[in-house]
Amino acid sequence: MSTFFELLLNGLSMGSVYALIALGFVVIFRATEVVNFAHASLLLAGGYITASLHDDLGFWPALLVGVAGAAVVGAAVEFLVMRRYRGSDHSVLAIVTIGVDILLTTELARRLGTDVLPLGDPWGDDVLSVGPISIAHTRIAAFVTAALLITAFLLAFRHTSWGVAMRAAAESPQTAALMGVRLGRVSLGAWAVAGALAAVAALFLTVFPTPGLERATSLAALKAFPAAILGGLDSTTGALVGGLVVGVTEALATGYQSELTFLGRGLGDLAPYLVMTVILLIRPAGLFGTKELARV
Amino acid sequence: MGGRYVKGFGTGARAPGPGGGAPPGGGLAVREVSVGYGPVRALRRVSLDVPDGAVVAVLGSNGAGKSTLLRAVSRTLSFQGATLTSGDIHFQGRRTDGLAPERVVAAGISQVPEGRQVFARMTVADNLRAGALGSTGSRTAKADALRRVHELFPVLADRAGQRAGLLSGGEQQMLAVGRALMASPRLLLLDEPSLGLAPLMAARIADTIREINAQGTSVLLVEQNAALALRLASHAYVLDVGEVALSGPAAELAASDEVRRRYLGVVDEDAAADASRGVGALPALPRWEAGR
Repeated sequence: MSTFFELLLNGLSMGSVYALIALGFVVIFRATEVVNFAHASLLLAGGYITASLHDDLGFWPALLVGVAGAAVVGAAVEFLVMRRYRGSDHSVLAIVTIGVDILLTTELARRLGTDVLPLGDPWGDDVLSVGPISIAHTRIAAFVTAALLITAFLLAFRHTSWGVAMRAAAESPQTAALMGVRLGRVSLGAWAVAGALAAVAALFLTVFPTPGLERATSLAALKAFPAAILGGLDSTTGALVGGLVVGVTEALATGYQSELTFLGRGLGDLAPYLVMTVILLIRPAGLFGTKELARV
Repeated sequence: MGGRYVKGFGTGARAPGPGGGAPPGGGLAVREVSVGYGPVRALRRVSLDVPDGAVVAVLGSNGAGKSTLLRAVSRTLSFQGATLTSGDIHFQGRRTDGLAPERVVAAGISQVPEGRQVFARMTVADNLRAGALGSTGSRTAKADALRRVHELFPVLADRAGQRAGLLSGGEQQMLAVGRALMASPRLLLLDEPSLGLAPLMAARIADTIREINAQGTSVLLVEQNAALALRLASHAYVLDVGEVALSGPAAELAASDEVRRRYLGVVDEDAAADASRGVGALPALPRWEAGR
């Protein structure tokens, strides 16, 4: 039973990190209706900046610069690339983001080489033990940070003018423009926020028990895709729930791997996609995706 | 057939000729504006004035270019893939036809789009907040605007927490108008406010428009419901396939046989006779004569 709780807690912690990534993904989708395939490379960029600065600056300043840097990279992608294609078909834009992703990832992979860079976090490999359950400090930090950030984001989304502008633009760009909403600014803000959230997620994807930042980190970030999709691409709540579902599924499937050997190995990597497929079969718009809500 | 009747009514409306003269200081002045959707012309050299404090109506059938005209003023043509190819637009003496949409809102022009277009997934209160996003006013000015909107439409205060998509059609229209008023505009552009509403609700909206105007906001009203529009407006224009076919004081237009026959659905003997005299160049068909 204690194994189960350990797995569950670890799963929730990883899930909250996936939720951070998925949230950024959803924010960009809502603000611009673009599926951002470059999200993993934003994450890698934020992680790389933190990793290469923490020796000189210390961990916290380096993390701040990393977060700000990823926000700037996100904003730059919007300003330099996406903006030139405004008015194009959304599927064209999605393919443009694949191009951006390839460029960014190639450059970062070249810089990383075969290195595994630590991010210099203060938690190390400390473990907290409560009775029979033990959980790494990094996992607790991940959960707390993600919960705080997500709460702050949702409050801002619901209550600030920025949030109102973002939601208005998401529903109808033309009507939002009639209200005086600057669509360019909304989409720039969305990319920057997504970049910043991804950089924080990069930290928690690379801390203990993971050895550090490497090329493959962007693959871990891809697990946020099923999270965002099974939650419903345009729903912030969906991103949260989706993230947790993916995290817990992955942790449980990995943890109980030995009892499921008849399914072969590597079930943990597969499970999130399996869950996504099943959920989409039942609810094609995802758990919290937009259902038509209108009275005629 | 466009333009045939213009001369009879061509009062002062087109005063400053093509590109000529300084624009009037107050109100909205649209001069010789042409708009194209790619190669398709939607507006041809349309001129129109909304003096300060006036209610001006634009009538016309589907596809006459009424909405296009409003979009040209609010600078949202590009969303439809249209461009302003010639002409200019001034508001309060300032040229507005090169501005970004948010600048037009800041200049004091708010538009209520056709089909209401409330943000269905947002609450009524958030819809109104969205309307204030383009306002340049202070926090207190926005609070005043909200109070005025709630006075005008008490139902919007009652339903503040409800999702806009769940309101009835009439309530959505009130929300759309209230939302536009949140920016405290000096000119309100209304696109088909009576569309799809029950007659009673349309009458209520008309009363509200009168009240908004009485509080000092000019109104440019686009309507298919010509009877309603002509009752509200002091001056009216009739658009026909992208051109101003008629214009003049609303009362004069309402009395004109052409407007009565085509837009008010009046088909009494005299009007029909007048109309046939008006198109005297056409040979009368024998069967029509027999029917008399």
